[in-house]
Amino acid sequence: MPYIPHTESDVAHMLSALKLDTIDQLFDEIPPDLWAEKLEIAEGISEMSATRLMTERAVTSDRQLNFLGAGAYEHFIPAAVWDVVTRGEFMTAYTPYQAEASQGTLQTIYEYQSMITQLTAMDISNASLYDGASALAEALLMAVRCQKKKSGQTILMPMQVHPFYRQVCETIVAAQGIQLQLLPYDEGGQIDQTYLAQLNIEGVVALVIPQPNFFGVLEEVHALTDWAHARGLLVIAQVNPMALAVLVPPGQWGQSGADIAVGEGQPMGVPLASGGPYFGFMTCRESLVRQMPGRIIGRTVDLDGKEGFTLTLQAREQHIRRSKATSNICTNQGLAVTAATVFMSLLGAQGLAEVAQQSHQNCEALIKKVSVIPGVKAHFNRARFHEVVLQLPVAAASVIHFMAKQNIQAGVDLQPFYPELTQHLLVCVTETKASADLSRYVDVLAEAIKLVVAV
Amino acid sequence: MLIFEQGQPGRRSMAEAPGGSSAPLDFPAHLMRRQLPRFPEVSELQVVRHYTNLSRKNFSIDTQFYPLGSCTMKYNPRGAHRAASLPGFLNRHPLMAETNSQGYLTCLFELQEILAEVTGMAGVSLTPMAGAQGEFAGIAMIRAYHQSRQDHGRTEILVPAAAHGTNPATAVMCGYTVREIPVKADGDVDLDALKLAVGPQTAGLMMTNPSTCGVFDRAIAEIAQTIHQAGGLLYYDGANLNAILGKVKPGAMGFDVLHLNLHKTFATPHGGGGPGAGPVAVASRLLPYLPTPIVMKSKDFYRWSTEHDFPHSIGRLSAFMGNAGVLLRAYYYARVLGRAGLLRVAEYATLNANYLMQRLVDLGFTLAYPTRRASHEFIISLSPQLKQYGVNAMDFAKRLLDYGFHAPTTYFPLLVPECWLIEPTETESLEQLELFVAALEGILKEAAEDATLLKTAPHTLPVRRLDDVKAARELDVKWSYGEEKTRST
Repeated sequence: MPYIPHTESDVAHMLSALKLDTIDQLFDEIPPDLWAEKLEIAEGISEMSATRLMTERAVTSDRQLNFLGAGAYEHFIPAAVWDVVTRGEFMTAYTPYQAEASQGTLQTIYEYQSMITQLTAMDISNASLYDGASALAEALLMAVRCQKKKSGQTILMPMQVHPFYRQVCETIVAAQGIQLQLLPYDEGGQIDQTYLAQLNIEGVVALVIPQPNFFGVLEEVHALTDWAHARGLLVIAQVNPMALAVLVPPGQWGQSGADIAVGEGQPMGVPLASGGPYFGFMTCRESLVRQMPGRIIGRTVDLDGKEGFTLTLQAREQHIRRSKATSNICTNQGLAVTAATVFMSLLGAQGLAEVAQQSHQNCEALIKKVSVIPGVKAHFNRARFHEVVLQLPVAAASVIHFMAKQNIQAGVDLQPFYPELTQHLLVCVTETKASADLSRYVDVLAEAIKLVVAV
Repeated sequence: MLIFEQGQPGRRSMAEAPGGSSAPLDFPAHLMRRQLPRFPEVSELQVVRHYTNLSRKNFSIDTQFYPLGSCTMKYNPRGAHRAASLPGFLNRHPLMAETNSQGYLTCLFELQEILAEVTGMAGVSLTPMAGAQGEFAGIAMIRAYHQSRQDHGRTEILVPAAAHGTNPATAVMCGYTVREIPVKADGDVDLDALKLAVGPQTAGLMMTNPSTCGVFDRAIAEIAQTIHQAGGLLYYDGANLNAILGKVKPGAMGFDVLHLNLHKTFATPHGGGGPGAGPVAVASRLLPYLPTPIVMKSKDFYRWSTEHDFPHSIGRLSAFMGNAGVLLRAYYYARVLGRAGLLRVAEYATLNANYLMQRLVDLGFTLAYPTRRASHEFIISLSPQLKQYGVNAMDFAKRLLDYGFHAPTTYFPLLVPECWLIEPTETESLEQLELFVAALEGILKEAAEDATLLKTAPHTLPVRRLDDVKAARELDVKWSYGEEKTRST
């Protein structure tokens, strides 16, 4: 029996201790009419067969040249990261409720919190949330709690925040009566500051600033932060952690820094893996910590005065406060955070900056190369980070389809999300792409456009 | 020692130096970072050794018996891990073209079907990333259902007193008020109190069955009828599905919507507190509201659902499509176990729990619900030991760590004083259960002879009992540079 160790004599011994004849008698408190008649599921297969089956299925997605980004970024992950992280002691432990028996996980998360606060230049980090999108949604809820004294609960949400993130926010905050007011982008792909200047901010409690935004474009974070703070709004930064190795961190935005900073942690050593498990990071100003959701690890001492680590400020959490908790979140994304901690330790700040720089330069190199194709150019002409909106002479969907047949994942068609961007492709380039990869992309793109035009 | 204390300026691991151009960045100066973050400056070996040694300070399923009640800490098959780590899965971008993703989508589609079948439900969405997010999705669907019927007076969610804390917290996140329903001395929900509580304000009831009291609520049919007659819906918290997997389908009990904890019932690793996965399953009347995306099959082609398929969906819950890696592991597990194997899960989990319960009764421990069968878990109360020896449930738990066992869930559910919730799972052997019994016998003896030994436990772990009050009062949640100097003096 897979994974069940009982022999026939074990079962006989155990049943006799219970003065029973069959295992089914253990279920005699369940009313008989509730018992399932049958289970329409195939019979089990061996580990060998299951491995073969999964291998055949995995192959259909193998060996793709990937230029997709849009919130999930392909960075090289050194072997040491997951070799250490998949040790059973990390992988098969649970939430560190018994602190003395969980010092490994607890200290790792404390180190993670330290690194994330360094990277963001914020005061406090929690132990992580599910992913970047749900972290942003939790940040909106947190901002509303922090601004309880203000009337209204509207949040300014730029259009160029990831469309899926906006959808997740809508799902999660809708029931609490929080409104998301969309902000348009200007011709450079940034938050339209002339629009902001004449905006009626009655009932508004916070502004979300993405850096870089969904188009890869950098926002004017200092001016935006100061604009919001001058009006009593909280600033929620939504940032790419890899970009923060080279871009001004949210804690240093404007005169006084962002109030809450969140983002997708995946670029820090977590594989693309079809979208998860990733982790969302969340940081804030110290004065807001009691409104922060999720686990927080603190350093303390034991009975002998020896340093140790434990869950702290648990009075915010559901297992203590129940209906009065800051969130219903229970687990974090412990294992992905462990990977990020090992990854950040291995690369160091200099290594992260080099990866960010190389990714950015590869992207600029690709833009230069594709611009020789008639009708292809970067759509927004402002500074950007490792991702670009390419304007094409044809619909993006048909190009994507053609290039996928050549095992190139060309980018994201923006039209479903931005109807005005009719022939636009969001393309990401990281440090993983060699010069030959860029050339191949350009060649196949040119071919694809030619074919589509001919049709 | 922290990783931050092990570095030297200028030292680094070159594991991922990408090389290439070092041309200066062309960002506007005011948007550029002026000073690098302060990270550890360490070698690859230092990193590997540090985190390997930290891992050894953890208890885990791979190293210890871990009878943590309601958490289902069963063996996590290595085969599932290897399958989910195949390059075609691990390197797959979430937005990769469907034409290049048929294998992956097939696994997910089949997992949806398997989960619908074991729960007796009409449809499944795999996207919630944890049990608590599944709960959120479920209650949001109940809300959407009532709203679609213009039934706006339903403002209250009922929750039994034994419920997990995420239940009331979720209801509030969905805009509901919470009313607790008492649990009777035999562990079943107080049906009379429930009947008095329901009314036109009732949106639904959240319930686990078997409950966190470790017993199967025998009146579930009447509970369901009571809620449905009042116009409410029933939410099933799948935390304890391991106890009845394949034996009883929640759909047959009258539940309208539920979540499964794949990291419990389907044996995916808990990862030191996540990732999990909390797919939701619904009866047909809630199908339109399922969170998206969902894998659809048209002829022989698998694709993601679009807005046209589910125009009334409660929406999206994750940046992409949920915790895919966890879903693939669960799929592997379900395929290896198959029909007979899935049924055995509940049978042997229940056998182990009842046997262990009997053995603890033999030792003189007090059951919270002595007249009842155990489900896959059971509760003992250490109140008599507290009275007799002055040793509480926490002291017992900490001493158990010294014996090399993870402690059961302590002080939950809240309604049993000095409680231990014990869940051995089906993957533990008879010998392992006996070793646990022997440890408790030893600790009982120690409690009688030298209670201090328990009150000051643990004695053999990397740290002794920690000062939680100091941790909360003098908040220290990150390393500060400059600290290394004060520490070395």
